[in-house]
Amino acid sequence: MEQIPILRIGDCLLVSIQVDMHDRMAINLQDSLTTRIVETNARGVLIDISALEIVGSFIGRMLNNIASMSRVLDAVTVVVGMRPAVAITLVELGLELPGVKTALNVDRGLLLIRRQIDDGAEHA
Amino acid sequence: MAAQHGVLTKILAKSQGDLLDAWVKEQKGVLKVSSQGEAAEHSRKFIDGLRAAAEADQLGDINGGAWAQARQALTDISSDQALKGATPGETAMFVFSLKGPLFAALAKEAGKDTDAFAREVWASTVMLDKLGLYTMEVFQKSREEVIRRQQEELLELSTPVVQLWSGILALPLIGTLDSGRTQVVMESLLQEIVKREAEIAIIDITGVPTVDTMVAQHLLKTVSAARLMGADCIISGIRPQIAQTMVHLGVELNVVSKANMADAFALALRSTNRKVVDRTAKDKEAAAIKAAAASAAAGED
Repeated sequence: MEQIPILRIGDCLLVSIQVDMHDRMAINLQDSLTTRIVETNARGVLIDISALEIVGSFIGRMLNNIASMSRVLDAVTVVVGMRPAVAITLVELGLELPGVKTALNVDRGLLLIRRQIDDGAEHA
Repeated sequence: MAAQHGVLTKILAKSQGDLLDAWVKEQKGVLKVSSQGEAAEHSRKFIDGLRAAAEADQLGDINGGAWAQARQALTDISSDQALKGATPGETAMFVFSLKGPLFAALAKEAGKDTDAFAREVWASTVMLDKLGLYTMEVFQKSREEVIRRQQEELLELSTPVVQLWSGILALPLIGTLDSGRTQVVMESLLQEIVKREAEIAIIDITGVPTVDTMVAQHLLKTVSAARLMGADCIISGIRPQIAQTMVHLGVELNVVSKANMADAFALALRSTNRKVVDRTAKDKEAAAIKAAAASAAAGED
């Protein structure tokens, strides 16, 4: 069974999706990601989709789901590295992923998460 | 068929040169001076082609193989005229001006046999009308080709993405936004965002004449796509009249918008933690501090 590796960077988790996902994998990913967030007390989740050339409605919904789940577990989700063609397709499909934060690359994504966590700490 | 065009075939065989001369003279009245030289050349080729078709006994069918040369001559002259900006009428007259000399020749050849003359005239008229229509089709096609090329060039020209600062892009839009243009604009913007690692894109719509619901939707699509890539968009340059129309139409752009590019740029700088400083004010301040320090030092002495 293929597994998508979840890497830990400080208090963030990095998920790099490099193969086309199917239903089973997506459910497994949601399962193991939520488990890991709880285990590691992660505050941020980075999902790198720079290797994906096709993102359909299925993956789009999965990204939305992961973002919502992480929010419940008090972690910020940032989707990074979306390709231009993928962005256009998603917009044409009407999937504008309103609940998901985005950044250009992993570097920017980490900065964004850091800023979000700091903002959250100030408000608390 | 052969019976219908018997006389024409004979004329072409016997006095091709005379017919051509009479035709070229006729064209002087209808064509522009600049294209007369070329027209004479094309006419010679066309008459040659016509003769080839007559000899192959295919005068009735202008799409036939024997007409290849004559058709080529017509294609050349029509596209030539289209490029020179001639009117469709002028182009059609190129073929129709052959009628005069041709009918004269037919009358001479038929002599007293009016039945034969009428038959020949009818057959030739049908043939020349077909050729005239063919010319118009080619003319139209060449014009459409010109228009299509210009459209493409316009599309390329009108979507520049410029970098204002590191991480800040500007996209000045000029002209109406339709779905085709939006696609091109979106693609070039997204590609530049990746290339320049931009965080903020300013879409300036000063040059967009009207913003209706469709245009607004296209703009929003571009903004959403940029957001998915991780870049924020600011819309600038909404003119007063456009703001009014948008409100009247109930169009809502739920994005950050600024009245002009300068404000948008200032906002972009601020949100990327940069600021623009007025050097003269700073220098004066520094000078004042220095003077105060100097006078203080003088006081100590």
